[in-house]
Amino acid sequence: MIGNLDIQVLQQLWWLIVSVVGSLFLFLTFVQGGQTLIFTTAESEEEKTLIINAIGRKWELTFTTLVLFGGALFAAFPLFYATSFGGAYWVWMLILFTFVIQAVSFEYRKKPSNLLGARSYEIFLFINGSVGLLLIGAAVGTFFTGSSFSLNPYNSVTWGTPYHGLEAALHPFNLAFGLFLVFLARTLGAMYLVNHVHHDPLVRRARRASWINLLWALPFLLIVLFGLITMDGFAVDPASGQVSLEQGKYLHNLLGMPAVLVLLLGGLSSVIYGVAATGFLGKNCGIWFGGIGTVLVGLAIFSLAGFQNTAFYPSSSDLQSSLTIYNASSSKYTLTVMSYVAIGVPFVLAYVAYVWKLMDAKQLTLAELTGKDAKEMY
Amino acid sequence: MGDQMLTTVDWARAQFALTAMYHWIFVPLTLGLSFLIAFFESIYVKTGDQEWKKLTKFWMTLFGVNFAIGVATGIILEFQFGTNWSNYSWMVGDIFGAPLAVEGIFAFFIEATFFAVMFFGWHRTSKGFHLFSTWMVAVGSSLSAVWILVANGWMQFPVGMNFNPDKARFEMENFWEVALSPVAVQKFTHTTSSAFLLASLFVIGISALFLLQKRHQLMAQRSMVVAAVFGLVASGFVAFNGDESAYHIAQRQPMKLAAMEGLYNGQEKASVVVMGIINTSKKPGDTLPVFHQELKIPGLLSLLANRKVDSYVPGINDLVYGNAERNIVGAQQRMVSGKIAVAELANYKAAREKGDAATAASALALFGQHKQDLGYGYLNNPEQAAPPVAITFYAFHVMVALGTLFPLVFLMVLVCAYRGTLANQRWLNRACVACIFLGYLAQQAGWVVAEVGRQPWAIQGLLPVGVASTKLAAGHVQTTFFMFLTLFTLLLVAEIRIMMQQIKIGPEA
Repeated sequence: MIGNLDIQVLQQLWWLIVSVVGSLFLFLTFVQGGQTLIFTTAESEEEKTLIINAIGRKWELTFTTLVLFGGALFAAFPLFYATSFGGAYWVWMLILFTFVIQAVSFEYRKKPSNLLGARSYEIFLFINGSVGLLLIGAAVGTFFTGSSFSLNPYNSVTWGTPYHGLEAALHPFNLAFGLFLVFLARTLGAMYLVNHVHHDPLVRRARRASWINLLWALPFLLIVLFGLITMDGFAVDPASGQVSLEQGKYLHNLLGMPAVLVLLLGGLSSVIYGVAATGFLGKNCGIWFGGIGTVLVGLAIFSLAGFQNTAFYPSSSDLQSSLTIYNASSSKYTLTVMSYVAIGVPFVLAYVAYVWKLMDAKQLTLAELTGKDAKEMY
Repeated sequence: MGDQMLTTVDWARAQFALTAMYHWIFVPLTLGLSFLIAFFESIYVKTGDQEWKKLTKFWMTLFGVNFAIGVATGIILEFQFGTNWSNYSWMVGDIFGAPLAVEGIFAFFIEATFFAVMFFGWHRTSKGFHLFSTWMVAVGSSLSAVWILVANGWMQFPVGMNFNPDKARFEMENFWEVALSPVAVQKFTHTTSSAFLLASLFVIGISALFLLQKRHQLMAQRSMVVAAVFGLVASGFVAFNGDESAYHIAQRQPMKLAAMEGLYNGQEKASVVVMGIINTSKKPGDTLPVFHQELKIPGLLSLLANRKVDSYVPGINDLVYGNAERNIVGAQQRMVSGKIAVAELANYKAAREKGDAATAASALALFGQHKQDLGYGYLNNPEQAAPPVAITFYAFHVMVALGTLFPLVFLMVLVCAYRGTLANQRWLNRACVACIFLGYLAQQAGWVVAEVGRQPWAIQGLLPVGVASTKLAAGHVQTTFFMFLTLFTLLLVAEIRIMMQQIKIGPEA
């Protein structure tokens, strides 16, 4: 059945799949958000350890989702992989660097003879949760603001600035996008702690942190939304494939795809309700509203960038080098094969959800961290 | 390729080698130790003996310390294809990206999901589900090895694809040919069984240290017996598919085989060099001797390479300059053909751009006649087609020598355990401790053979590394090289210190 699909349908399907994986990653950045809360929300060593152990049991899921996001982009849109990673070199290298130091920090922090001391590993976690997410936001922001690059007839990339991607973090829109992600992750992290930790003082502060961080996120969100509806966008002529600048392109996309508008508004409302439920109504389930809302917002953002004849990785210096889901994709054969492979994704989600439910059935307590298995804890 | 680009390529190669070698310090232990822990826990669940549980948790602690850094170095490897090898990513991403995505979907999530249960689920899940999770971590680790080795196998022996001149890239035509390529299957079996072997050496070595220190003797002896059985079985697989590996290399990468054996001039009844000191001044085409000293077994290389003692095995000179008598087309001749392919591809693209259909068609037809040599068209001289011989030769011989030693160690451990004298054999226990280091040396040597031996190709015969890299100033890649060198070294030192402390603390704490 999949084999009979038109290549354009497969390209759209794969942009959707990549968008789902990317959006799930955004939800799972509650781990990164939690990492930054250890310096602001925890008031004692015990509380810090509780936070790290609560989110530390999920760090691998976030990490794996990021790896899958990269792998799916490589398989489905190899020209994006080649252009962005090879061109915006430094922004990606620094992101990777922050994820390397994250990966070891949970395991090494409390272990004796860990060379750098617990504080260093805590700082590593903070860097990953702040700088790492900020740079990811800046990189995603370039889906709308564009980057300075050109491709030769063999699709080899030449980057237009000597900063190789770092310039993205200085663009106000990209910066706002990155800071929005940082504070959204902190909001989600606080809501996850409320859900998973049994420790009244810490939970009380986490409830407060959830709405305070949402307040911090709001101005950046407004800059992003205002930017999206007012900025010029990179439109693609479906007949010729020519790329041109179009005034209000993303606003047109939003109005042209009402479902995306619903996703965006529904997602934002869900996040706000999740925070209200956590911060003011004393509920523990806010993370689920926040998580689902984040996924919906993520889907809306990626849809605005890639669908409706839009260049999802535009070149601001050479418009015709811009990448669309049509010119950057793999062949029809590969997309078809990968679509069969993607049938496995719901099964993966099912066992992840089952194990999550099993492991989170009981809240984490201080007693668990200091009991006979204390040696194995983070 | 100008000097600047060569320097960039060199740094990119150095960075990839650095990351891959660090990654392969941690991954084989993860692959093998995950199964050993699953065996230990299975025995605990079957017997209910708390000593087995304690033993399981001790090895699990060391596994956890090692696992995280393996994951960290792995993410760099994946994204480095894009950052440092962007032309590669575009030219073969249509084929190469798929196994990486499948690895993410079907392997990494199993590891990530069940890892949390394995470490933190002792009191949150049932005994049976915990054991299941431990097994799933082991299975997930090996599944991830399947797909990354499918990708690597394809780089060594590209199959199931065709070149698309319009897109200037290779495109997949048959997924099953890629996934079930004999080289991929062989790479998986050889690599994973050698990883099982390493983990067995690790467990035996640390247990032997406990015996030497007269600590945790019951745990140590139990661990050693299970690991020695596992290691011995793995050694059998390593030897069997090592032979298969040599055969595949002989048939598909004859230049690599010639470098592994330091064979410059092809021979009938070609000898295996058991030991030798390579003359490092020797270059293709000259008349210098290959070895200062060597010890050979005549006919054995022909037998291993072609399954016939009197068969002809081509040497480096045959493969560089060709050998008309033996019908061997050398790199020199293929370069001429390859340069036509490169030029006609450019003509085709230029003609298409201008809308000149007739010129485009004739250029495409000529390109089609020479496209199998496209990669050779990017070489500057035929000698470039030969890999560094001394490194490949020594790495291969170190790997084989150590691979022969390890089963003897496993056997001796089992014999002493059977006789009940394991705790008293101080010389054997000391040898077992030394074997931890030797095991890692053999692992690294194996990958040096595989990767250095296929230079200058990113994709064997199709894409040289010089064309595959990103257009970047060398300084960028040089800076990130030193960034990662510093970080990985720091984390390795931290890991070793933590492990040594955990070993000092032991399972009782």
